[in-house]
Amino acid sequence: MTNFMNSFGIILYATLVYSTPLLYAALGSCFSEVSGVVNIGIEGMMTAGAFTGTVVAYFTGSPWIGFVCGGLAGAFFGMLHAVATVNLGADQTIAGTAINMLGPGIVIMIAKVMFNSTDTIPLTATQKIPKLFSGVFDTNTVFGRFMDNVFANYASTYLVFIAVLIVWFVFYKTRFGLRLRACGEHPQACETLGINVIAMRFACVCISGFLAGLGGACVTMTVSTQFRPISIVGQGFIAIAAVIFGKFRPHGALLGCLLFGFCSGLKVVLGGSSGVNMHLISMIPYVVTVIVLILFVGKSRVPSANGKPYIKSK
Amino acid sequence: MTKKKSFLDVLSTSTFLHILFSIFLGFLVGALFLVVMGLSVGEAYGRLINSVTSLKGFSYVVVYSVPYIVAGLSVAFSFKTGVFNIGAEGQFVVGSMAAAVVGILCPNIPKPLLIPLCFLAAMAAGALWGIIVGFLKTKWGINEVLSMIMFNWIAFYLSNFIAGIPAIKNEGSAEATKNISANASMLFSKSFIKSAGLCPTANWGILVAIVVMLIVWFIIEKTTLGYELKAVGSNKFAAEYGGINVNRSILTALAISGALAGLAGALQLMGMGSRISIFSSQEGFGFAGIVVALIGVSNPFGVLIAGLFYGALMYGGSKLNLVGAPTQLINVIVGTVVFFIAISVIFKNIFRRRARSPRSIERQAEKEADKK
Repeated sequence: MTNFMNSFGIILYATLVYSTPLLYAALGSCFSEVSGVVNIGIEGMMTAGAFTGTVVAYFTGSPWIGFVCGGLAGAFFGMLHAVATVNLGADQTIAGTAINMLGPGIVIMIAKVMFNSTDTIPLTATQKIPKLFSGVFDTNTVFGRFMDNVFANYASTYLVFIAVLIVWFVFYKTRFGLRLRACGEHPQACETLGINVIAMRFACVCISGFLAGLGGACVTMTVSTQFRPISIVGQGFIAIAAVIFGKFRPHGALLGCLLFGFCSGLKVVLGGSSGVNMHLISMIPYVVTVIVLILFVGKSRVPSANGKPYIKSK
Repeated sequence: MTKKKSFLDVLSTSTFLHILFSIFLGFLVGALFLVVMGLSVGEAYGRLINSVTSLKGFSYVVVYSVPYIVAGLSVAFSFKTGVFNIGAEGQFVVGSMAAAVVGILCPNIPKPLLIPLCFLAAMAAGALWGIIVGFLKTKWGINEVLSMIMFNWIAFYLSNFIAGIPAIKNEGSAEATKNISANASMLFSKSFIKSAGLCPTANWGILVAIVVMLIVWFIIEKTTLGYELKAVGSNKFAAEYGGINVNRSILTALAISGALAGLAGALQLMGMGSRISIFSSQEGFGFAGIVVALIGVSNPFGVLIAGLFYGALMYGGSKLNLVGAPTQLINVIVGTVVFFIAISVIFKNIFRRRARSPRSIERQAEKEADKK
């Protein structure tokens, strides 16, 4: 029982650690996709955020300034994507691919110039995003240890759950959210009702970049303490997958990210104890996602105007 | 009224010129970054050009570009048929591994048989990877982008797993497979390479790439199958109304695209790598294929040129650190090129507006009046 509680606690901890950055990015992806702009540049925006967050935290000594700057760096690339796709009517997939090359290319180049290496200097404990509730629970008891494992978690993790609530509220309970969703379904109808589709989409893609940037900063400012070129390897794409999994709804994306995070946590615990090949265990999150899709999720409905550039005069 | 096309008219309509212009802008942005970093633009670009124009350098470029070209053709084929094959990465990996398994386990089969056998194994594995995704889509309606992202990683870990199996794994300490049998290698003979002054990994993969390009072009442009696939790609409902089996078309398109990506993996292995390492992150040939297909605007011949261009940048870029410039500059340049290709619609509008602006029409009229 003690062992089980321990392992379970570690799995839940790992779940939260893995899903936090994914969730930020997935919320970002929701904004962009639901407003009608395909954003596969999430990966590049995350990389930009990861680097900027770490560097700013390193120089200012404040994790929060770093975290926000990470978001802003993501928003900058979001803006590039928005200018190309929303204002200039570019193909959204092509522009996103470009962002995925530009984001890492530019930040790794800057890293090389600044640090003479592609890695940044590791953050100290005070420069990292702080953990909440650490030391609150009595780790001598089994239950206390479990609670410590689960709840003594990074502040960014608590923030992202609040963010999910806020995004859900914005999407479904505010006028802005209604308009946002309408822009992704039928932009022409929106325009006739006096909604500025271009402005709405522009804002959404920028917000999407900001959240992706925060997600990237989470990766390098919590568990790992430095930016390396392999800090962001595919998390952006997994976040996009989580959004499709969640049928383009923020609460659906939450489930997708948690499922993925949970399987990754399982991977950590199983990898240490069982004799099964590590590479096979590493497949678990991806295989489980596919199986869950087949059994429970099925067809995903894409917002009907998603991916189509909106041209005003049409 | 027949009149000669003005230069601006040509600029507004020629895709080829848009791409050239995008490439120019890409290098311009790269130069800006070099200037900001305090490096010499001439020295960096000079090194880039020098390293790819010598005979040896150019042979490196050709060798580098083969997998990019074929992976690019795979993605281009998928674009033509209305699917975005973001799964080329996974198909490439399983193809490469299938070729490696055959190449390692069957060393006694003679060369003229073993090489096609490796190709077939790779294409079958890639096609299978594509068909699984297609099946998930047609049977359960699962979004193909989502499942492709998942299958990219499943392929990645599967390859790492197979590379660790005792019969396949290198006997030494290297975290890689054994080398494939010499009978499966596509390299030119050592003496020929030496006498011709080519790079050590010179091989005849480029010929395969050209043949594949011609086949892809033929399928897309000249066959009923290609017509049906394109029809499904441009309007699924109209195609169905016209009597085309949409589900079967999607499966076929993904199978062909997957087979091509798998073949690209085999070509990379049999031409350059000769063994597969256990990687810690994806190598990105499939993603490079997306970029190449985009630069080549999904036209088979365009993809061939774009693949060579990409190969040249990748090889030349690896020499950039010799002059103190970061190799990542290449990603910035390519990213910028792709970005401008994405917004090339705007070139059309700008140049057309210039060509047709009231003022230019006035000027035209004045000129004609002057002549009279």
